[in-house]
Amino acid sequence: MPVTPRIAADEARDILPASTPQERLRNFCIIAHIDHGKSTLADRMLQITGIVEDRAMRAQYLDRMDIERERGITVKSQAVRMPWQVDGVNYALNMIDTPGHVDFTYEVSRSLAACEGAILLVDAAQGIEAQTLANLYLAMENDLTIIPVLNKIDLPGAEPDKYAAEIGQLVGVDPDDVLRVSGKTGLGVEDLLDHVVRTLPAPEGDPDAPCRAMIFDSVYDTYRGVVTYIRVVDGHLKARERIDMMSTGAHHELLEIGVSSPEPRATQGIGPGEVGYLITGVKDVRQSKVGDTITTSVRGAEDPLEGYSDPKPMVYSGLFPIDGSDYPVLRDALDKLKLNDAALLYEPETSTALGFGFRVGFLGLLHLEIVRERLEREFDLDLISTAPSVVYQVLMEDGTEVEVLNPSDFPVGKVHEISEPITKATILVPSEFIGAVMELCQSKRGSLGGMDYLSEDRVELRYTLPLAEIVFDFFDQLKSRTKGYASLDYDVSGSQVADLVKVDMLLQGEPVDAFSAIVHRDKAYNYGVEMAGKLKKLIPRQQFEVPIQAAIGSRIIARENIRAMRKDVLSKCYGGDISRKRKLLEKQKEGKKRMKNIGSVEVPQEAFIAALSSDEGDMPKDAKKK
Amino acid sequence: MNDLSVYIHVPFCAVRCGYCDFNTYTATELGGGGSQAEYPANAMREMDLTLAEDRAAGYEYEQVATVFFGGGTPTLLPADDLVSMLDHLRRLIPLADGAEITTEANPDSVTRASLSRLAAGGITRVSFGMQSAVPSVLRTLDRTHDPEKVPQAVAWAREAGLDVSLDLIYGTPGETLADVETSVKAALACGVDHMSAYSLIIEGNTAMARQLRRGELEQPDPDDMADKYELVDDLARADGLSWYEVSNWARTPAQRSRHNLAYWKGTDWWGIGPGAHRHRDGLRSWNVKHPSRYARMLAAGEMPLADSEQVAGEDRVVERIMLELRIADGLAVDVVPEHRRPMLAVHRDRGHLEPEALQAGRAVLTRQGRLLADAVIRDLVP
Repeated sequence: MPVTPRIAADEARDILPASTPQERLRNFCIIAHIDHGKSTLADRMLQITGIVEDRAMRAQYLDRMDIERERGITVKSQAVRMPWQVDGVNYALNMIDTPGHVDFTYEVSRSLAACEGAILLVDAAQGIEAQTLANLYLAMENDLTIIPVLNKIDLPGAEPDKYAAEIGQLVGVDPDDVLRVSGKTGLGVEDLLDHVVRTLPAPEGDPDAPCRAMIFDSVYDTYRGVVTYIRVVDGHLKARERIDMMSTGAHHELLEIGVSSPEPRATQGIGPGEVGYLITGVKDVRQSKVGDTITTSVRGAEDPLEGYSDPKPMVYSGLFPIDGSDYPVLRDALDKLKLNDAALLYEPETSTALGFGFRVGFLGLLHLEIVRERLEREFDLDLISTAPSVVYQVLMEDGTEVEVLNPSDFPVGKVHEISEPITKATILVPSEFIGAVMELCQSKRGSLGGMDYLSEDRVELRYTLPLAEIVFDFFDQLKSRTKGYASLDYDVSGSQVADLVKVDMLLQGEPVDAFSAIVHRDKAYNYGVEMAGKLKKLIPRQQFEVPIQAAIGSRIIARENIRAMRKDVLSKCYGGDISRKRKLLEKQKEGKKRMKNIGSVEVPQEAFIAALSSDEGDMPKDAKKK
Repeated sequence: MNDLSVYIHVPFCAVRCGYCDFNTYTATELGGGGSQAEYPANAMREMDLTLAEDRAAGYEYEQVATVFFGGGTPTLLPADDLVSMLDHLRRLIPLADGAEITTEANPDSVTRASLSRLAAGGITRVSFGMQSAVPSVLRTLDRTHDPEKVPQAVAWAREAGLDVSLDLIYGTPGETLADVETSVKAALACGVDHMSAYSLIIEGNTAMARQLRRGELEQPDPDDMADKYELVDDLARADGLSWYEVSNWARTPAQRSRHNLAYWKGTDWWGIGPGAHRHRDGLRSWNVKHPSRYARMLAAGEMPLADSEQVAGEDRVVERIMLELRIADGLAVDVVPEHRRPMLAVHRDRGHLEPEALQAGRAVLTRQGRLLADAVIRDLVP
């Protein structure tokens, strides 16, 4: 679509970085569910404002990593500065791209905090999804001005009137005031940009106060080190200044400061209300943390901006290379990913079943999935991950408290009580599935917090659910019980004491660490029976009978037997072909080498893999596929 | 020097059985001098070349201790052919006193006259491929003989002064335990002093494997195989036979097949005929498989070898453990590498090795251990 930008490049002198008055700035983000068209809309904005030429345009311009583009996920946010003219006045618009996913709530909240307004973008054929709703609530709590927009109105299946009513009600506007666009054709996008200028408030920082800038993203770049994205709230940041990270007090030299438009361009500085990037030469995103406040070393601010917190892993899983000799590769790969992922925590773990690997902490299941996929794809690793586990606080009778990240590290001794993290979960579902969802949540120890009709046939259900239940197989179940129509969002919101027990799986009396699980007492028996049955099917017969037991402490709750193998001999002599016999033996021995020994039981690694992978929880991204 | 064993492979059959993956051909006419009629001359030429090669390599054998005509179906050739091959051999290297000279035979490929001709020509022992006494089982195996002919053939052989062994196959798809009992009892009722019983192994490249894949036959069950093996062993023992190799039973030590034992004990043997394997002091070599190619190479004065390997070092230890553990005399424990020796006690405690024998320094399989011989071997090899 050929477009003539409203502002020619040489006419934009009154909106140059570091010297644009705050009233000519508009900072906004787009809140949308994946594949509701956020990236396509962003592409159109880049084109219409003229900062990307038509011929340089490529789909989903801002999504940098292949994996993001393929999965339609924006993992890392970025900011783009775009010129726009309304009523003959030039404005600089900063579009801050937010991560659209359940695990990145904290990053989303920091992106939102960098904006005055948000475009709520909803697919006109699908309506709002649970995660979008959650982010909308987050934006409203941050007092952002919301611009509701229906996208994909050119699609044959679009029902703009229906969904305009739905989101109008959510945002509190008349359905007629819901804008309608097509990111694909560009229809309505100019109007939308005008609307951004007219309805969003300008930033209101104090230009004369000591500088305070909030980090809303931090990205590792192989060539430049860490690129930190900031929103200046008060004062100015100038090139070549020394800056302080207020959470740690660390000093850094500013090597470069600039804006992205959309390619990075160095500037003399960044002024109040503006958005840009800076480079200090640090090599690890942990030294430039999202949410932290930057100030100048000289005449710096006394108090940081509000809202900073350290990322905290909520879900842990063991990652093991299928080929044990890949362990160093996995270690190096994690070290590299860590540079770009402040939330990624890991430490070495040794499992009798799976060998050497790492216990890795993640923000949630999607984070786990993304990290795992990157490890496999970018570092060519074959990995096995153990069932995701949450963090339990175990209070012992003697008053000591133990944090358990790994069921196999569960303390021995008398346990007084165990606390588990709980979540506030929001489920959006067509009303015909209310019963099915309630039944599921009930069985997952959920308690209903409330229920609202978003429209005649769509319902928002609010539950308190243990995080452990969500990471187990909740998504799969939700998906299958609602034919894929339900969407889910959850946020960890504290903890509760629960009647939890650790179930061990024993092979011939030896615990198999990879299969220990902490489950609710009512479900321990089911877990034990199911796991024992599965292992019986997967573990080949041995020279002796092998009991498989599920145990809580010393109490056996389920048992299966693998009968002893009775025949393992080739009686044929192959007419003196001893070489063939020896080769057969060598082949068998190779097979034996690939076995893991649990006590004297030889288990093929494939059996562990099969037992661990069959009920792996699926990702929320799939929960909405129709 | 030591004694020699000689295996002579006769690669011809009247029909190919569905389970068979041996090197055998049903056509009587094969080009390039590979036909049945030309076979004895080829085999004799190969004996000449082998002798010359042994000598060149510094190996000379005093006498031939055992000869075994296997196949294929050796008795598909006229008895005189077998005899003339044997005569040729003994002209090259003398036969030992009391040498064991065996031929395999199909019960329906012999007559009273042919058996007596074989005996007269120096054959001392015949091993009949009885396989089963149950017609439905024989049909599944594609065996053409009438089971009732077996006692007759055994009687003729004994009349001719030949020692007799009967070969059985157990574990044919569809075979019941009762069928196995019928077969073993029928074999023992013939009054034999030696019996072999092999579990059916369905190799991937056979007609039977294709039937299995198509679901026309039921997959053999290892527990069922174990039950059948134990039944064979029970019946043999009740009749006064005892095992001397996993799949072989004899009434007295003297009636054990010395040729068979030569393979497991790792002595030297010649392998004459297409696809045959030979062993000389760690050098294992084998012939090309096709009779025509075999014949052409011999005609050109070449040894008809396909390939060879020199087994040395650790591999020789592997072979010794793999072979000697299968016989009733067992394996001297000092053959087992030191770091593997603790496994001997483990297998004794699991009931796989005889405690007294182990005490005396030999690893001897129990019956349970014989069924798990490969698993035990895997635990003992370097």
